[in-house]
Amino acid sequence: MGKAKVSTRIDEVQVVGQKKGVSVGYVVAVIVICLFAAFFLFPFYWMITGSFKPMASITASSLEIFPSTLSIMNWEKLFKYPAFKWLFNSMFTAFGTMVLVCLTSAMAGYSLAKKQYPGREALFWLFVGMMTLPRQVLLVPLFTMVSKWDWLDSYQGLIFPAVGWPFGVFLMKQFSQTLPTELLEAAKIDGCSEFRTFWDIVLPLVKPGMGALAIFTFMTSWNDYFWQLVLIQSTPMKTLPLGVAGLQMEWGTDYGLLMAGGTASSLPMIVVFLAFQKYFTKGITLGAVKG
Amino acid sequence: MKKKSLQVRIREWLPGYMFLLPAMFFFILFVVYPMIKGIIISFYNYTATSYEFNGLGNFIFLLKDEVFIKSLQNTILFVIGNVPLVLIFSLFVSIVIYNKSEFTRSFFRAVFYLPAVSSIVTISIVWKWIYSPRGGILNKIIESFGAQPINWLGDERYALTAMIIILFTLSVGQPIILYIAALGNIPKDYIEVADLDGATAWQKFTNIYWPLILPTTLYIVIITTINSFQTFAIVQLLTGGGPFYRTSTILFSLYKSAFELQNYGLASAMGVILSVIVVIISVIQYKYLSTDVEY
Repeated sequence: MGKAKVSTRIDEVQVVGQKKGVSVGYVVAVIVICLFAAFFLFPFYWMITGSFKPMASITASSLEIFPSTLSIMNWEKLFKYPAFKWLFNSMFTAFGTMVLVCLTSAMAGYSLAKKQYPGREALFWLFVGMMTLPRQVLLVPLFTMVSKWDWLDSYQGLIFPAVGWPFGVFLMKQFSQTLPTELLEAAKIDGCSEFRTFWDIVLPLVKPGMGALAIFTFMTSWNDYFWQLVLIQSTPMKTLPLGVAGLQMEWGTDYGLLMAGGTASSLPMIVVFLAFQKYFTKGITLGAVKG
Repeated sequence: MKKKSLQVRIREWLPGYMFLLPAMFFFILFVVYPMIKGIIISFYNYTATSYEFNGLGNFIFLLKDEVFIKSLQNTILFVIGNVPLVLIFSLFVSIVIYNKSEFTRSFFRAVFYLPAVSSIVTISIVWKWIYSPRGGILNKIIESFGAQPINWLGDERYALTAMIIILFTLSVGQPIILYIAALGNIPKDYIEVADLDGATAWQKFTNIYWPLILPTTLYIVIITTINSFQTFAIVQLLTGGGPFYRTSTILFSLYKSAFELQNYGLASAMGVILSVIVVIISVIQYKYLSTDVEY
């Protein structure tokens, strides 16, 4: 299309522009950003090394940026608690929420974007309107509701209320709008049933959007501290962050143990994030697209 | 076009409704219904022992309650402190790195998004250790310069600022990702023309970048404001609202009235007040900031 040629020329102009004017200011800006990056990374470095520090070096008054002695005592102490059960609870909750959100949102998004029926606009705005309201306002009524149903301390209590949140529907509606209508009509003419059309044509096409939504939901569920705090009451049903928060209440100053707990509860999410960074980015930018 | 019979039309609409049904079911049961219920409860004197209509009683009580007023003020201070920091910092980072290599972009994106992605409990307890009056690294550094140690979270003068710094690290990740995407979408020939005309960096910023990313800025201001209003976990885990209610927020007050005092009516009234404030602010910001956006 001849576009490649134009863009190389622009790149050259840009490079020249940078070399000309910005050198000092630019170098300062980069240094500032690197300093901030160090400031953001430091707590993680401090936490991970802290989890391997023996009590003596945690409480020592000297400034010890690099640990002199390492021990696994804190980790042994952490696993005296049901930390693996907590990990399982977090994983199961996040995964369950993710699957349900993705499926219901993909269906609803397809319906709102591509189907014609009365009330469609109104229903879409009902979903979007509720998204700006603080979710925590639902805390008291949700709590009284699920306790009446005997759902306290249960997986269904952790998972189902989170599935109601309309962000996924909004995101999948945005994404489904890009589907070619002709393709869906062709499937209809070929005699595809509604469900087949959705399952075999729509779902594969919205997969990138669903990937973004999946990652996003997983993260939100993993970090949904407020709801977990009020819902879960027994130690074995705690999620990992909640369990670690409990250690904080119990052993407020045993920082070695707390750092081991903190490392354990953030590591799974950090690994997921680094592996799927592309989808995170996509989920965040897709959600910001105006309807 | 021939008008179809109602029966035919309903059959055509049905699949649309069917696909919407599962999401709608969860949405009505776990969002719409509790929301209505929450508004109703806010007009009741609803505690462990009583459930009776109280009119505006809860709201009148809250507007006179010193602790709640303080929590409201603190929540606003969290917003006022955090939003400009987030906006300026994320814009600065994004402008410097948006046209760099994919590796550079993903590296900084990842670094600044890391606090938001790792558990909020983790961030809270690490910072609690950093700020700790005894053995915390911040005080160790200060002491190595010969200064007196400071009780960062326990001293009225520093507590709120110390908390805002944590909130800031939790908030910047998403805006940076949004800004990098928005800046990347600006047509390259705009910049080319400006360069040929010999525009300075500042001129390019005010005449090209800023107007074109204004919708993104609007979105960032709104979500950061809403998120700052919802500050809870760091308060619950780090200060318990102290010292002297200096760091208590509306949500923390709400949590305390509901689950420590079992005053559900009062807690719901706080929820309603919080929602009303958030909605009003989003509407104002949207109206005010979107008037300039025309292209």
